[in-house]
Formats: sequence, structure tokens, C-alpha cells
Amino acid sequence: MTQTSDRIGEDEDAPGVVKKFMFVNRKAPYGTIYALEGLEVVLISAAFDQDVSLAFLDDGVYQLVKGQQTKGLEVKNFSPTYRALEGYDVEKLYVEREALEARGIREDQLLVPVQVVSAAEMAELMEQQDLIVGF
Amino acid sequence: MNFGLLINEGPYNHQAADTAYQFARAALAKGHRIQRVFFYNDGVNNATRLTEPPQDDRHIVNRWSKLAVENSVDLVVCVAAGLRRGLVEDNLAPGFRISGLGQLVESGIRADRFVVFGD
Repeated sequence: MTQTSDRIGEDEDAPGVVKKFMFVNRKAPYGTIYALEGLEVVLISAAFDQDVSLAFLDDGVYQLVKGQQTKGLEVKNFSPTYRALEGYDVEKLYVEREALEARGIREDQLLVPVQVVSAAEMAELMEQQDLIVGF
Repeated sequence: MNFGLLINEGPYNHQAADTAYQFARAALAKGHRIQRVFFYNDGVNNATRLTEPPQDDRHIVNRWSKLAVENSVDLVVCVAAGLRRGLVEDNLAPGFRISGLGQLVESGIRADRFVVFGD
């Protein structure tokens, strides 16, 4: 990454503040840049020791499908990054059951362990957050 | 109240930049504070001084610059998203600065409310 000017880590003026950040992914991984640039924000937020979770809704569930092949598109396959999230202590990944079912995707086709939740349960999770950031 | 704003869409192409600006103006008018406006994705295009809309249209970039000067609002453009789209110091409009994504997260931590403008 080129973010050499980033101030990584805890901010000196706001020590010890931990907020619940939920990043909401609604878009397919390719076709637009939202999924890729959204994931970059997730990785940075992990460096700030925040309580981070990810939600996958709508076409966003395609971001987690195994076996992505992007060679024909001539874009980078960034799906391995989702596997690296665990190493950043980002382990709360929630996937909406209705979104999977509508697209005929089974949980065993996803490339990382997730918690599959209903839309109603997802709403409850969102209710508990300090921030919801959608991409 | 202290607001942090995130703008994820480019000017003219999408309503988000207009809505965010109007939100910021309204919040300031009510005595609230805008802690930071962070420009990400195509939102970085809100910051290019090369923008020249037709004379009978609003000038979205100059509007931001004026807001920054008059209200000391911190306008931050993501360096990585900017580089992808050709937005660098040389073509940055007044009142904007370029920094990293850490500034987005920090804004989320510090602000009482963090509001995202985009699809």
C-alpha cells in the first residue's frame, strides 16, 4: 500500500477509546471498486484496536465465495485478503442468510469461517454498533 | 454535537457530494461542529482544483473550499484513493489536505456521529 503518511495505531489525543465499528458490504467484489477499497478501510481500522465487525448483505456475499478467478477481467483477485483478516484480529464476520439463499450460495462455499444470521438478527447486531460504515 | 463525514462519491456524477455539503452547512448553522470531512473512493474528485463546471451550475469544489476556510472544517482526501485517480498535491483545491485512511478511522473514533454519504 502507498499510505506512507498514515498515522497507524492509537491516537495520542484519544487513548483507550474503543468503538464498535461495523463495515457493511453490499456490493459484488468486482465490477466496482467498493469492496476492495472498503476492505482497505477494515485493515486500517484493525490497527487502531477497535471492535471491528463485518456484515455481508445483498451481492456483498459474493465477496466471500471460494474460487474467484479474475484473470479474464485483468483485475487483482483480492479474496485471499479475507483469509488474512483473522491475523488482524478481525474475526466477527456476519453473513445474511437470506442473501445467501437468494443467490443459491451455501455456507461451505465461503472462503472463511462466518456466522450466518437472519436479516432480523443482523438488524439487532447493527443496533449494538457505535458506527455503521457501508461500502 | 461533533460530526464526522465520509463522502464516497464524486461530484456532479452523484448526489452524495451535494447532500453532504448541505448536511454540513445545516449542522454548522445549528451550532454543531464538523470534526472532519473525509473523501474516499471517487469522493476524492471533490478536491481537484481543475474542476470547471458551466457558469450556471454550482461549483462543488469551490463550495467545499469556502466551507473549510469560513468554518475551519478539516477536509481530508485519502492518499491511496487519490493516487489511483490522479489527485495529488499539485491539483488539490484550497482547504483540502491529503492524508491516510487512518484519518477516516480516527474521525469515526472522535466524532459523536459518523455519517456516510454514498450508495
